[in-house]
Amino acid sequence: MKILICISHVPDTTSRIKFTADGKQLDKQGLQFIIGPYDDYALARAVELKEAHGGTVTVLNVGTAETEPTIRKALAIGADNAIRIDAEPTDSWFVARQIAEVAKDQGYDLILMGRESIDFNGGVVHGMVAEMLGLQAFSPVMMLDVVDGKVKMAREIEGGKEYLEATMPLVAGCQEPIAEWKIPNMRGIMTARTKPLEVRAASDETKLTTHVHFELPPPKGAVVMIDPSNPEELIQKLVEEAKVL
Amino acid sequence: METIDKKRALKGGEFLIRETDAQDIFIPEEWNEEQRMIAQTCRDFLDSEVMPKLEEIDSMKNPQLMPQLLDKAGELGLLGTSVPEQYGGFGMDFNTSMLVAEEIGRGHSFAVALSAHTGIGILPILYYGNEEQKQKYLPKMAIGEWKASYCLTEPDAGSDANSGKTKAVLSEDGKHYLINGQKMWITNGGFADVFIVFAKIDQDDKLTAFIVERNFGGITMNEEEKKMGIKGSSTRQIFFNDCPVPVENMLSERENGFKIAVNILNIGRIKLAASAIGGAKAALNHAIKYANERKQFGQTIGSFGAIKHKLGEVASHIFASESALYRAGQNIDDAYEDLVKNGMDSSEAKLKSTEQFAIECAILKVHGSEVLDFSVDEGVQIFGGMGFSADGPMDRAYRDSRINRIFEGTNEINRMLAIDMILKRAMKGELDLMGPAMAVAKELTSIPDFGAMSDEGLFAKEKKVLLNLKKAGLMIAGAAVQKLMMKLKDEQEVLMSLADMLIEGYVAESVLLRLEKLIGMRGEENCSLQTDMMRIYFHNAIEIAARAGREAIYAFAEGDEQRMMLMGLKRYTKVEPFNLKEARRRVANHLLSENQYPF
Ligand SMILES: Cc1cc2nc3c(=O)[nH]c(=O)nc-3n(C[C@H](O)[C@H](O)[C@H](O)COP(=O)(O)OP(=O)(O)OC[C@H]3O[C@@H](n4cnc5c(N)ncnc54)[C@H](O)[C@@H]3O)c2cc1C
Repeated sequence: MKILICISHVPDTTSRIKFTADGKQLDKQGLQFIIGPYDDYALARAVELKEAHGGTVTVLNVGTAETEPTIRKALAIGADNAIRIDAEPTDSWFVARQIAEVAKDQGYDLILMGRESIDFNGGVVHGMVAEMLGLQAFSPVMMLDVVDGKVKMAREIEGGKEYLEATMPLVAGCQEPIAEWKIPNMRGIMTARTKPLEVRAASDETKLTTHVHFELPPPKGAVVMIDPSNPEELIQKLVEEAKVL
Repeated sequence: METIDKKRALKGGEFLIRETDAQDIFIPEEWNEEQRMIAQTCRDFLDSEVMPKLEEIDSMKNPQLMPQLLDKAGELGLLGTSVPEQYGGFGMDFNTSMLVAEEIGRGHSFAVALSAHTGIGILPILYYGNEEQKQKYLPKMAIGEWKASYCLTEPDAGSDANSGKTKAVLSEDGKHYLINGQKMWITNGGFADVFIVFAKIDQDDKLTAFIVERNFGGITMNEEEKKMGIKGSSTRQIFFNDCPVPVENMLSERENGFKIAVNILNIGRIKLAASAIGGAKAALNHAIKYANERKQFGQTIGSFGAIKHKLGEVASHIFASESALYRAGQNIDDAYEDLVKNGMDSSEAKLKSTEQFAIECAILKVHGSEVLDFSVDEGVQIFGGMGFSADGPMDRAYRDSRINRIFEGTNEINRMLAIDMILKRAMKGELDLMGPAMAVAKELTSIPDFGAMSDEGLFAKEKKVLLNLKKAGLMIAGAAVQKLMMKLKDEQEVLMSLADMLIEGYVAESVLLRLEKLIGMRGEENCSLQTDMMRIYFHNAIEIAARAGREAIYAFAEGDEQRMMLMGLKRYTKVEPFNLKEARRRVANHLLSENQYPF
């Protein structure tokens, strides 16, 4: 089985997010970057599938050289080789174009990625890639197995779960609990540097979206404790201070 | 390759009398991508498997929990970092294994179990075992299938470890040694499969080490010890009753046990310091977060100067201790490589390289464990009442910290050991102390130095302070040796004072070297907070050294000699005024805005 797994390089979930003075860009200074958590689950599943069925796992990232530690972490977790498209992943369409370009004619059985990245949370790349390649796409996929050449999936839907069976090749946007989250082990870390990481130029420079402005949510106010025997005080505060009633 | 030669030429303890080039030391800012990934694996493992279970681990209700956690760490390869690949490990260099120890260090009882297994458990076999022993034990130990413990201490033989009464007698058929005796305080005792046991054969003066398997028979143990801290770490008294140990399980040679014990403890000591620094950073991180959250008088407590003072001090101590830690670790790695290049066997080279830096290992054991104690103590204080609550994180941190000043040789023993080793090396002619000490004595009687050394260049003033600090140490040590001669070893108070001067000198020099190298890498403008921390530490170091120096001088000198030495000490411990308050505030403000210790 040939699996392509697309990962994003995103700030750690505990980061304190700041923007540049003009409000147009993320201020990357002092931030720790990680594999997008949903992508990380997709990767873990890809490695499990490879262990069960054999084959190869190729990891793909659209990003500048600073993402290489993140890519090598994916290799340490168990991917066999990596491709980095040397460009800023500015918008979903651009990223999807690069992925489609890498994947076309390569015969990947599965193209897996997270349901969304956790930086800009677009959540559309999987759909776009599928469209560009003429494949079907599924998201958010919480369970994915390959049985007798067919893909069995479970998908989260409004108010319940949907169980599906589909033929390969396909594109899936994944989320937990699709696999057990993997911590790279020492052996993986030590072999990561010996695995190939190919850098390619972007194939299509067109960008359709630009960020005009970012704004941080207003800071959360302090918690005020009100005695349960005193509901009047609560109402008064809701009316006068919070002005929500 | 002149720099390499120079770098390799610096021997253990030589920092006292020679300058080190900042380019020759390793600084934590130089961890490479792979090492950072290893550190992250340790963090991820702790956060997902250990930290959520601290309560359960400490309750000791499930005796299988700790061995299971060690198994999981083994699956990730965390138990085999020091074991060469041919025995199923990863053969990492010394500093990387210290990084693992640091990262795991905040894991409370789990950290103790892991370090006992990978350190005093595995290393005796790795470094002293013969090929069959290594083949038999190491692969299983490297993945945690067999867990190890180290049985040296006895009820009547603690600090005086060589006085143990446990006996080994050859059986009639000559196939076994029968071991009889009682061991105490044995970490991992409750679940270990392999025990490294020290005993005396027949009427020997010195100990011999044996590899003992739990199922050899004749082994019984008491219940788990009830302890102040590291409550989840298994600690047992173990009784050996005619425990039959096959003769081929003797480790190294007869009566070589004490040497094994000492050499393994050298490594254990510096690794303990690594683990302590990890714990100290965790305590500081808790304190920073709490200082950002807790409000009193309408503001966060982190906005108060008194709290900033604490945060700034603790951070500076951690930064300094860490600088010394990895500097020494790299020295050990370099010495190892050199020895191997000259044809020495790998195991022997590992031992020789740590033995070479045994003085630094003892210094770090003391300093690291005391920085940890300082961090948790201030941590409790910053948490106020919540610091005293068993529901907050500082309670466990505070209790668990305390053992570090006791095991792997108490800090008193390590202080005296550090000085003792220096004097022995001087006596053997390996370390020329007397020359420099005489030069200092001569300088004392000559015209005072009103700043002959250049004030130009990066940290010129600090370098001068450091040089003077070393001079102060040499002056007092030299005089103490001359005056007290053979009596010095009984004047422990003087030895303690000398040790404090030594420790502060080493750590202060290390943090200064770190800064110098860091500035070379990043530029002065990007290192202002680190420079603040270095200066804060320097002022502390000078204060401690000055007080220790006075103590010593009062203790053994009188009259004119005393007056002259006190004057010299004053001159050698002079520092320029520096607004420490503002420096601490700058450091603390950064910690608070990052909501963590980010250096
Ligand atoms: C939780 C725990 C785990 C341990 N794990 C292990 C283990 O796995 N294996 C093992 O073999 N041991 C282990 N130990 C034992 C530990 O190494 C000893 O407790 C330690 O070496 C001190 O010995 P002691 O307790 O007998 O104290 P003592 O030697 O009785 O010391 C008491 C006090 O006297 C001081 N003192 C002693 N001698 C001198 C001297 N010559 N000059 C000045 N002061 C002196 C000491 O510094 C100390 O302050 C453990 C201990 C504990 C508490």
